[in-house]
Amino acid sequence: MLKRISALVLAGLTAAALTSCGSGGSGGASGADDGSITMGFSQVGAESGWRTANTKSVQEAAKESGITLKFSDAQQKQENQIKAIRSYIQQKVDVIAFSPVVESGWDTVLKEARDAKIPVILTDRAVDSKDTTLYKTFLGSDFVEEGRKAGKWLVESFNNSTDPVNIVELQGTTGSAPANDRKAGFAEVIGADPKFKVIASQTGDFTRAKGKEVMEAFLKSNPDIDVLYAHNDDMGLGAIEAIEGAGKVPGKDIKIITVDAVKDGMQALADGKINYIVECSPLLGPQLMDLAKKVVKGETVPARVVTEETTFTQEQAKTALPNRKY
Amino acid sequence: MRRLLWPLVILAALLAVNVLFTPGFFSIQVREGHLYGSLIDILRFGAPLILVALGMTLVIATGGIDLSVGSVVAISGALACLQISQDAGVFTAVVLALGLSVALGVWNGFLVANAGIQPIIATLILMVAGRGLAQLITDGQIITVNDPAFKLIGGGYLLTVPFGILLVLAVLAVTAFLTRRLALGMLIEAVGGNAEASRLAGIRARGIIVMVYAFAALCAGVAGLMISSNVSSADGNNAGLWIELDAILAVVIGGTSLAGGRFSLAGTVLGALIIQTLTTTIYSIGVPPETTLLFKALVVTVVCLLQSAAFREKVFKRRARTAGAQEVAA
Repeated sequence: MLKRISALVLAGLTAAALTSCGSGGSGGASGADDGSITMGFSQVGAESGWRTANTKSVQEAAKESGITLKFSDAQQKQENQIKAIRSYIQQKVDVIAFSPVVESGWDTVLKEARDAKIPVILTDRAVDSKDTTLYKTFLGSDFVEEGRKAGKWLVESFNNSTDPVNIVELQGTTGSAPANDRKAGFAEVIGADPKFKVIASQTGDFTRAKGKEVMEAFLKSNPDIDVLYAHNDDMGLGAIEAIEGAGKVPGKDIKIITVDAVKDGMQALADGKINYIVECSPLLGPQLMDLAKKVVKGETVPARVVTEETTFTQEQAKTALPNRKY
Repeated sequence: MRRLLWPLVILAALLAVNVLFTPGFFSIQVREGHLYGSLIDILRFGAPLILVALGMTLVIATGGIDLSVGSVVAISGALACLQISQDAGVFTAVVLALGLSVALGVWNGFLVANAGIQPIIATLILMVAGRGLAQLITDGQIITVNDPAFKLIGGGYLLTVPFGILLVLAVLAVTAFLTRRLALGMLIEAVGGNAEASRLAGIRARGIIVMVYAFAALCAGVAGLMISSNVSSADGNNAGLWIELDAILAVVIGGTSLAGGRFSLAGTVLGALIIQTLTTTIYSIGVPPETTLLFKALVVTVVCLLQSAAFREKVFKRRARTAGAQEVAA
């Protein structure tokens, strides 16, 4: 019985390998023949509404601009992503785009792409490689700037008082680029005025559950909290529940600043529970397709392209909310 | 009781550290009509872990292990929130979620007991595939629900006490009764000691094994409801992530051997509380996030060393001997 099952599995695997080779061959051929562009895109995963909106934006933009998209989901694993990029190289796509799961460990596979003369575009997240010739450009949000925007709003809204402002911070996943950069940008702006003090800063792993748990602990160990700065909406939403449970009013007793502007976050902003959200837009599909066309033609592109994004106050959230896609 | 001495000492030491940093750590007040305080937090956020670890204790007592509980946590929460978001009613949602959890547990038990697959492999299948299933249910999104009845399970209060804590007490009481007042506990230990010998002695070993896996999955299912209810949303990717490892650790700290056989429910509860207190300690004393894992590893290493009889023998006996030698010399 077992033998038969393993034979079946083997047969299945072989078939899968064959078909993938087949489609790869034809994809490469079409790219060479009619001048149309084939893009291999490796996504991080589908971990949040933000990411799903990002995927949809890329897929829709590819369709609109007539680019054939080969899409793969890495399910948060770097090895899956490296495998996907290798298979794109074998399939001889015209351009590879990907959002790196982590920052390090990309040199080898990116060199393989360079040797195969396939241009690479990084989206949304950067790699820490010193060799910048490994990729053409990096399209994505400037996380440091997001942190600065959050800090600027805080400085402006407290510029009438000289009292010390106690801030607690919920960081993203430890070591991830958005967590490091949002922390750095924020610290840079508020550091100019000594009245702003970050009295506690812990990671909430970008999740609601952790955001709530950490905030509960903050509320007990620090009786005077004026401001919460959360690196994403979800942690902020979790923290709001903790603040309400402690008998305080989120948005009034404790001012809340978050980053992302997903729908649930915008709803809380419109309801007055969050005070300010810095947008981190996932809708970079159209910009990505423009860049892809340029690099395939061999035109030079800037090494860093920042996604177009904005910020929201409570009033702006009320008008923007009905049209929010994600 | 002596087996529980060291876990108790460690828990007390961790709590003492907290009082040093946060003077009001032990204070419990009534705020917004419910109990409020750090100790309540530890119990409330530790409740899902205690439940999962209870189920894990019985599985480990049969000589098995269940790696899939984290995925079951995610699946249960995802299914319940999906049902509620489609206006299915809280009762239907809870019954469906727990029903699916038990079915998944029976599947695990079947693979172990009837197909003869090693437990670590049999449950690894569901650990990996289950998270995919949870993502399939939620469509990779976070499902937000606003239902006061569902909120009660993990985030609500009954007579000022967090409902989750009461739920854990109830499950603990039932489990303790079934395994310590009835013969079931002895049968489980017999299967864990030697499955074949117990079968020959007339115990239906297979039935017992399927039952403990189903129980572990049921506990995980309830924990999943609590976790998703606590934040009013289901997150297929992150709910219950790595909780199986924490649960196994809790069981081991509690003095139950991974080889199977004797088990201690009280030890497991203590183990889970130690883990949750450690997490809370990290937040309250402000260990920098970059060193959190190292800090946890150090504490857990110390805990495990103290739990090891061989280690205690070596260190404490030697010290006693050298002390004795010095006395003689003096």
